[in-house]
Amino acid sequence: MKKKFLATLLTVSMAATMLVGCGSDDDAKENDKQQETQKEDSDDSKGDGLITIGFAQVGHESDWRTASTKSCQDVFSKDNGYDLQFVDCDNDPAVQLEAVRNFIEQDVDYIIIDPIVANGWDTVLTECEDAGIPVIVIDRTIEDSDKYVSWVGSNFKTEGLAAGEWLKAYIKEKNISEVNALVIEGSKGASATIGRTDGFKEIADREGWKILDSQDGDFTQDGGQEIMESYIKSYEGKFNVVICQNDNEAFGAMDAMKAAGIKYGVDGDVILVSFDACTAGLERVMSGEINADFECNPLAAPFVEEVIKKLQNNETPEKEVYMEEHWFVKEDIIPSIEVNGESQDMTVVTQEIIDAQY
Amino acid sequence: MNNIKKLTSKALFLPIFCMLLVMAANIIYDAANGNFALNFFTISVRNGVLYGRLIDILNRGSEIAILSIGMTLVVSSSAGTDISVGSVMSLAASFCCMLLAGYGTAATTELAVPLLVGVLGGILLACVCGAFNGFLVAYLNVQPMVATLILFSAARAIGLLCCNNLIVYVRNDSFKMFGGYLGFIPTPIVIAAGCILVMAILLKKTALGLYIQSVGINKKASRIAGLNSGKIIFLCYIVCGLMAGIAGIVASSRISSADSNNIGLNYELDAILAVALGGNSLGGGKFNLAGSVIGAYTIQAITTTLFALGVSSDQAPVYKAIIVIIIVAIQAPPFNAWVKRLSAKRALAKGGV
Repeated sequence: MKKKFLATLLTVSMAATMLVGCGSDDDAKENDKQQETQKEDSDDSKGDGLITIGFAQVGHESDWRTASTKSCQDVFSKDNGYDLQFVDCDNDPAVQLEAVRNFIEQDVDYIIIDPIVANGWDTVLTECEDAGIPVIVIDRTIEDSDKYVSWVGSNFKTEGLAAGEWLKAYIKEKNISEVNALVIEGSKGASATIGRTDGFKEIADREGWKILDSQDGDFTQDGGQEIMESYIKSYEGKFNVVICQNDNEAFGAMDAMKAAGIKYGVDGDVILVSFDACTAGLERVMSGEINADFECNPLAAPFVEEVIKKLQNNETPEKEVYMEEHWFVKEDIIPSIEVNGESQDMTVVTQEIIDAQY
Repeated sequence: MNNIKKLTSKALFLPIFCMLLVMAANIIYDAANGNFALNFFTISVRNGVLYGRLIDILNRGSEIAILSIGMTLVVSSSAGTDISVGSVMSLAASFCCMLLAGYGTAATTELAVPLLVGVLGGILLACVCGAFNGFLVAYLNVQPMVATLILFSAARAIGLLCCNNLIVYVRNDSFKMFGGYLGFIPTPIVIAAGCILVMAILLKKTALGLYIQSVGINKKASRIAGLNSGKIIFLCYIVCGLMAGIAGIVASSRISSADSNNIGLNYELDAILAVALGGNSLGGGKFNLAGSVIGAYTIQAITTTLFALGVSSDQAPVYKAIIVIIIVAIQAPPFNAWVKRLSAKRALAKGGV
């Protein structure tokens, strides 16, 4: 009997936990309502000369995404003369379409979309066009329609090319004659994976480097660790460069190499290169564990603001705007590299840079 | 001849045979490439810790092996599967990291509460999840898959709430231990071995194993015979939750963080597959714990082998599927019957001459 009571108690506590979950959902709805009222306010305040912007964000799945959202909220603040309607679409494409249609109904001045999916946009973008609202796409791309003013994002291929060009300069500086690289790729099919792989491979082919193997680490730490453990056994003593396509994979690869007693990083036998450059990644660059980290900038808002300013002045912005990105290193031996015939600076990581990073 | 027959008629013969078959592929590959033929099986001590592909299989397969213990009991007693284990793993990891780091903190090197409190907290919450599933299945007679579907979708989300939608990093050496090394042996191997040993002793030395099988074969008859069927099913789900909790802590410690979106993703499917590869019927009743554990390591052996052979990662799932189909087919009753008929025919032909 006692145990039955205990069982019931446990169940009730479980149910309570779930209710808490639902509770916060209600909170979210509450927030939505507040947003609604804000929207009404904004309609009133239209005469105040504020530029109203609707932003349909993907969701909140990573630190990167959170940084992207915060960037928009900071730049498009009331103090800067904007009124931002922000909708978190929770990775649901249907919610995102609905959000954009709501923006049209509210007759906002500009719409910013970070498209969850690449297709199925033509109808709703035509509606935007008919309503005369310019659409700016950020980060991810739209494939089936070109009815947007501008796309602002990262050029992943440039990131890959930069990694290759840096490595070329670095091995020259360190008198390393041969490159035997292992690549830990990101999720298959992701635009970041494709761009970074292509970019690095282009340089590797040109320089005659050997890419021993290239496998999918799924952008996770566990994935990076498992692939690296296997690489170490397959290519023992045969590799001197490891390319991880994001910081989490690099953390996993470090653990695997540490366990096998392989020295990596600035004073090690293996050159470790990573992408993304989140705060934790830059800390590892600073400590010399990662040789170079190539940024994927989440702070799109300042670039979007440029586009909007151009539109306000009746100028035509460029169709594709690539964001400025930084290449971070520990050692101050290579001041700049040449990517696509353009000179780009290498940034030496300091504590201030880490504190300012997302 | 007689000895071989005895060997092949053992319940564990086929699962072990399949695992060896998978590993044998590596001997051929290594020999063909001019490497030492037993490269795959070499175990050495490097940098003060065990090193080798076999160690990788044992180490990486730990989580699935631990999960498969609980899954076996659930399958046996309730003739259904617990599809929430992967999500519960993630919840246990998130809750543990939340306790250790303090709510809302994204990264910490100092522990907010003693290590044991965090770890036990995570495991306890997983047990509560198991109890919730068990209550629905045992006392409310909800279909196991439907009952566990609730936590399958909810547990991961609750974990995200615990972590305030962040990936919580606990960069503390004492927490790293569960996924690191105990002396020179990877800790996950020790934890998995401990779980298997304790459960095996519990099932063999007490009547619990017999009770579970009896309930699985016929719930009503067992109750009439004096067993509290509901209670036994309830218990099995709690054990399943417990195992998911332990696996969650191991997975989280490996990456010293609580990545609620990725920890234990799709692990429930691997755990169910492990039970099936071990020669257990998913229809409940008789079970063989050792079979499930071997099944779990077989799955990992396939993954590690594909890595070792350098199969490109976008094609790997295809090969994995083919291997699984072959293993399942070898163990299927019609195939066994066909083999038996064939050998009987041969014996008859011999007798005829």
